[in-house]
Amino acid sequence: MAERGEGSEILRPARWGYILLTLTIAVSANLLALPGVAQILRPDLLALTLIYWVVYHPRRLGFLPAWILGLVMDVANGSLFGEHALGYAVLMYLSIVLYRRIVMFGMIQQMLHVFAILVVSQAVMLVVRLAAGADFPGITYFVPSVLGALLWPALFALIRMPLRPRTGADVA
Amino acid sequence: MEYSPPPFFKRGPGLLTRFGFFALVSVALLVADARFGYMDTARGMLAAIVNPFQRLFALPADGLSRVAEFFVTSSHLRRENDRLRREALNNAAALQTQQSLAAENDNLRQLLGMRERVERTTIPAEILHAPRDPFARRVVVDRGAQHGVRPGLAAIDRLGVIGQVTRVFPFASEVSLITDKEQAVPIQVLRSGVRGVTFGIGYDGTLELRFMPVNADIQNGDLLVTSGIDGTYPPGLPVAVVSNIERNAAYAFARITCTPAAGVSSYGQILIVNAAEAGADPAAPGSPGAPPAAVQEQR
Repeated sequence: MAERGEGSEILRPARWGYILLTLTIAVSANLLALPGVAQILRPDLLALTLIYWVVYHPRRLGFLPAWILGLVMDVANGSLFGEHALGYAVLMYLSIVLYRRIVMFGMIQQMLHVFAILVVSQAVMLVVRLAAGADFPGITYFVPSVLGALLWPALFALIRMPLRPRTGADVA
Repeated sequence: MEYSPPPFFKRGPGLLTRFGFFALVSVALLVADARFGYMDTARGMLAAIVNPFQRLFALPADGLSRVAEFFVTSSHLRRENDRLRREALNNAAALQTQQSLAAENDNLRQLLGMRERVERTTIPAEILHAPRDPFARRVVVDRGAQHGVRPGLAAIDRLGVIGQVTRVFPFASEVSLITDKEQAVPIQVLRSGVRGVTFGIGYDGTLELRFMPVNADIQNGDLLVTSGIDGTYPPGLPVAVVSNIERNAAYAFARITCTPAAGVSSYGQILIVNAAEAGADPAAPGSPGAPPAAVQEQR
């Protein structure tokens, strides 16, 4: 069990190049073609990365890049134009509202918060599609949110690895 | 792809205003796309940027399957070879009779003064991947507007109809599978000639034949082929096999489920059938073209 305020250590400032790099990798991971059902169940790494930057480096990433990346995901997935854009806008809003809370919590609570954010943004996209005449694709639709929340600690550690202060006190 | 800090937001409107703005724009885009289909140009432009990357990131999965192919045993290859040879033989026999039948059919149609069946050109394409959209049954293929693909064309594989092209990009296009919830295929029961329409229900491997009267002449195992009356699907292509019929006198219609004939969700090569426009090749231009063909056949 992590101690309180996971990730409260002071990080070196993230450069724009690094933010851009992580977002590019996240988009690439989302574009990666997977066989069969894995394609539907895969967690949205871009959403997780956006949450990370908003929560731990607030005021770096605005709505606009997230929204544009949402449009990119819409084109890539062939979903309605604006569906992921709206989903990511909701995600950004919730992350900005919650980030002061999230950084105070340990890893388990953080995962729960991330799960809530992911589920709400997915639910918004679901409502959009239902309104456009689609059927509810079953409860497996929310599996990516669960997997995304489970991935949060790993992604958290991975993104901040180059940002940690070089004190030599690193355990990992 | 620029991520310089947008100065507009630095000390601009409040959080809720910003969120409201983007949410509203999103909803406007959604309505424009879903209701009116206005977004195709914007989508096309973004797709021109995104598609090459998608092609790139489809390579690992491709490579994996190729590696898997590399390790197939020779017995497997021999079996496949046998199967293909048998298929080729059967096809050759069918093709020979088909040629004579087609010639005979042409003559008869000319005699009857009916419009000749238009020759359809086909565009071979390969399925790249299935997009990550849990609401729709679609695949992306590697042929697009540059290769002559247009929205609305039918897509078939070696076993039957798989779907219809619904979105075209310059170098790729999206095919909605017949199992998609919004896809309907006009069919005819091969055995009895009864016409109907199959609908996808959004699950793999199942179609529904709706609005068929309880006493319609349909049995389990009947092959459904395209009827061609829609002008999209060429007539006579296998669509599905009837797998279950529930006749209940309490309802006006029978509940008929079918299994698609083609490998609707398996990857591979497909043909996009370029149906000539229904009005473009009427009997008039066809008949002057027909006699030379007939002459050539006689030589």
